[in-house]
Amino acid sequence: MTNFKACARRTGWMVAALLLTVPLVAAPAHAAAKIQHLISPGGIEAWFVQDATVPLIAMEYAFGGGATQDPADKPGVGNLVADLLDEGSGDLDSKTFHERLDRRAIELSFNSSRDTFRGSLRMLRDNKDEAFELLRTALTSPHFDSADVERIRAQVVSGLRRDTSNPTSLASRKFLEVAFGDHPYGRQVSGTLESVPTINVADMKDYVRRVLAKDTLRIAVVGDVDPATLGQLLDKTFGGLPAKASLTPVADVEAAKPPQRAFIPLDVPQTVVMFGGPGVKRHDPNFMAAYVVNHILGGGTLSSRLYKEVREKRGLAYSVYESLLWMDHSALFIGNTGTRADRAGETVEAINKEVRRIAEEGPTQQELDEAKSYLKGSQMLALDTSSKLASALLQYQLDKMPIDYIEKRNAIVDAVTLDDAKKAAQRLWGQGLLTVIVGRAPQAAAQPAAATPPTAN
Amino acid sequence: MSSPRFAVATLVTLLAACAIPASGALAQTTVTSDPPASFTLGNGLQVLVIPDHRTPVVTQMIWYKVGSADETPGKSGLAHFLEHLMFKGTAKHPAGEFSQTVLRVGGNENAFTSTDYTGYFQRVPREQLPKMMEFEADRMTGLILKDENVLPERDVVLEEYNMRVANNPDARLTEQIMAALYLNHPYGRPVIGWRPEIEKLDREDALAFYRRFYAPNNATLVIAGDVDAKDVRPMVERTFGAVAAQPAIPARRLRPQEPEPVAPRTVTLSDPRVEQPSVKRYYLVPSANTAAAGESPALDVLAQLMGNGSNSYLYRALVVDRPLAVSASAGYQGTSLDATQFVIAASPKPGVDFAQIERVFDSVIADVAENPVRAEDLERVKTQLIAEAIYAQDNQATLARWYGAALTSGLSIEDIRSWPDRIRAVTADQIREAAQKWLDKKRSVTGYLIKDTAPKREEKRS
Repeated sequence: MTNFKACARRTGWMVAALLLTVPLVAAPAHAAAKIQHLISPGGIEAWFVQDATVPLIAMEYAFGGGATQDPADKPGVGNLVADLLDEGSGDLDSKTFHERLDRRAIELSFNSSRDTFRGSLRMLRDNKDEAFELLRTALTSPHFDSADVERIRAQVVSGLRRDTSNPTSLASRKFLEVAFGDHPYGRQVSGTLESVPTINVADMKDYVRRVLAKDTLRIAVVGDVDPATLGQLLDKTFGGLPAKASLTPVADVEAAKPPQRAFIPLDVPQTVVMFGGPGVKRHDPNFMAAYVVNHILGGGTLSSRLYKEVREKRGLAYSVYESLLWMDHSALFIGNTGTRADRAGETVEAINKEVRRIAEEGPTQQELDEAKSYLKGSQMLALDTSSKLASALLQYQLDKMPIDYIEKRNAIVDAVTLDDAKKAAQRLWGQGLLTVIVGRAPQAAAQPAAATPPTAN
Repeated sequence: MSSPRFAVATLVTLLAACAIPASGALAQTTVTSDPPASFTLGNGLQVLVIPDHRTPVVTQMIWYKVGSADETPGKSGLAHFLEHLMFKGTAKHPAGEFSQTVLRVGGNENAFTSTDYTGYFQRVPREQLPKMMEFEADRMTGLILKDENVLPERDVVLEEYNMRVANNPDARLTEQIMAALYLNHPYGRPVIGWRPEIEKLDREDALAFYRRFYAPNNATLVIAGDVDAKDVRPMVERTFGAVAAQPAIPARRLRPQEPEPVAPRTVTLSDPRVEQPSVKRYYLVPSANTAAAGESPALDVLAQLMGNGSNSYLYRALVVDRPLAVSASAGYQGTSLDATQFVIAASPKPGVDFAQIERVFDSVIADVAENPVRAEDLERVKTQLIAEAIYAQDNQATLARWYGAALTSGLSIEDIRSWPDRIRAVTADQIREAAQKWLDKKRSVTGYLIKDTAPKREEKRS
């Protein structure tokens, strides 16, 4: 049955799917104490937590580059590669490969994101040899057989066609274009209806050759395996990859300067609004202040200023949130809401008013104290499963954080002063917003009776 | 929606604390762990404690045995509306205090409504559990509603409707299929309600529903995490134990049942925004609660064989062997108080018509109904289903959801724990019989999603 819920937010899923940056999280102190820096006999490194409570192993790993390594005229190559690595490799055709996975309930997937090409592997402890062996063949000898390529291409194209009338997809695509223009970050990870049909096997093989290499590889493993065995598995799996990636350099880029507004007409009952602007990079000295103050304005809880003003007081939206996203070469803040067509103007104004207010006045001391208290306490909760912990350990590596970061994090949160938070608010929101609105044209929305086609209501 | 298999599973979805999977075919079980401790208070509250000592965190979930199928006709959406209003404060704890307390310790909370249940949860550091119990027990009877809270929240629900349904042609088709599938049973009503009825729900409706259904003898409390049952019991006695039972609530829910289906039905939803047509067929089938012994696990296995993954029969037939479709799937929603659905679905490639797809549906079904499935196929899908039970042990919130959903859908703890054994026991004969008996077109509604190409009415410009 469909479940409906008084969910404060949609966890930024759309935005996260777009830019693949996970929220800032930290592991529980006791897990932190157990993180090992494992170096295999062959020199493959991993952050590793050994835990035998549940008989399974979860591994998350990433290669650098991601979708920025798609050819400029062919966005979507990495995405197509990700969808095809498990469709036949080594001695195995697609059918046999999937049968081998299914027979042992091994979960294996790949994903192209903005800055990384990622993989995820989960298995029951006793199936580890088979799981790592299947991963090895997928990474080192993918087939890209033409029937499989066309089957997967048809699926990707079908998804892209759907996106052309989906207000949220349209808004995100437009937002990235507005923010990043011609920079690779302005391109679509999954490509376009024009680019995907032109991608050929040579493009994909070239991508694999350039991107899947040991020097940018980062690995996190959590589960029921001993370090010596894991080291051997990592060597067997990743040892055969080229030593060095050959990546196209990517320039640093600052997102477009707000305020700017774009409108895309689409005849839907609910208008989608995406808003944002230049953010703060992960190693910026004010990162944590920005992170805390963003939590106060639009963080994903039932208490942010945007939640209270837009949803609770005015009933304008079901979901409204804002997140910080940091990338290798840029940073954004980005928010999203959906609101009835005839009140879209009011919603955009309510958001702008809150943004101006926090930019000018900053948060209150009480808001700051409560946000810090939340962010410190939430550490433990974010990582109570093997997969969540492995994902976080991978993210810390990609963010170039030290292995003991988890232990230091609360002190960094505590050190944020009211003055820091005010400065961060001014910096983030002082210029206003980049806003993309997808929905009925304002003049039509003002006359809903004339503009609304009959629907199933 | 049907089972989670139809959802695009992304990491982000899994991480979202607010995403409650619809407890699909696998909605039950844990195998190797100790059984959860269980006890019932004098006032009828059933309590379940699921230990997970890896992290000093605890999840409290309270499940009320009331969902959209228990609403009075004409008041659709009321169970879900009340769920939203449960965050508006009590006589003892004004609006926001409960939520603020959860946040201050870094916790998170949310709620969900289905046809058969309504649930609320908090995830907090373990030492906060007594406080959470105090708040949740207080909220069982102490809710205070004012129009200034109720009316904006109704607008919020209407925006939720816009987001999930009005903006989403596929969701609109699902509403029509369900309404056509259930001729008599209230499962034909959308959980979120029919829009004209949501618009009229008010404070009095919500309070009447609340007083009628929210009571300890109509609830199950699940505590999962770093706790011991022996410590939990006195806490529950002190908090929930003080709430009076409601003897007027019947022990069993008796709803209007479906007559034996006699005619296949079709519905077609056209929308100008449909860029990828699709077809899905819903069959009315027994749930784990209503099925004869062995039947529900056979349907679980059948759904897995037919439509989960790229070696499933439908995917092979429609997407690989003869590329007529870009995707194909099947699912069975076993956790349900009353008769449930078995769903098959596909999205045709451009130029392929629905009749071609349906001929393949019919031949795949005829094949499983006539011939025994290959032993190695059977073994493979059983392994996958049973493995899910082990993977679930990695996540205390998932376990709490499985148990909670099952216990509010007529199942017992033993039903949940023995589910892997019952899957293991499914025979090729049982699968053939299940397909023969239940995948009968007379029991089904087929829904088509197509692009509306009618010329658009002129928009009046000012």
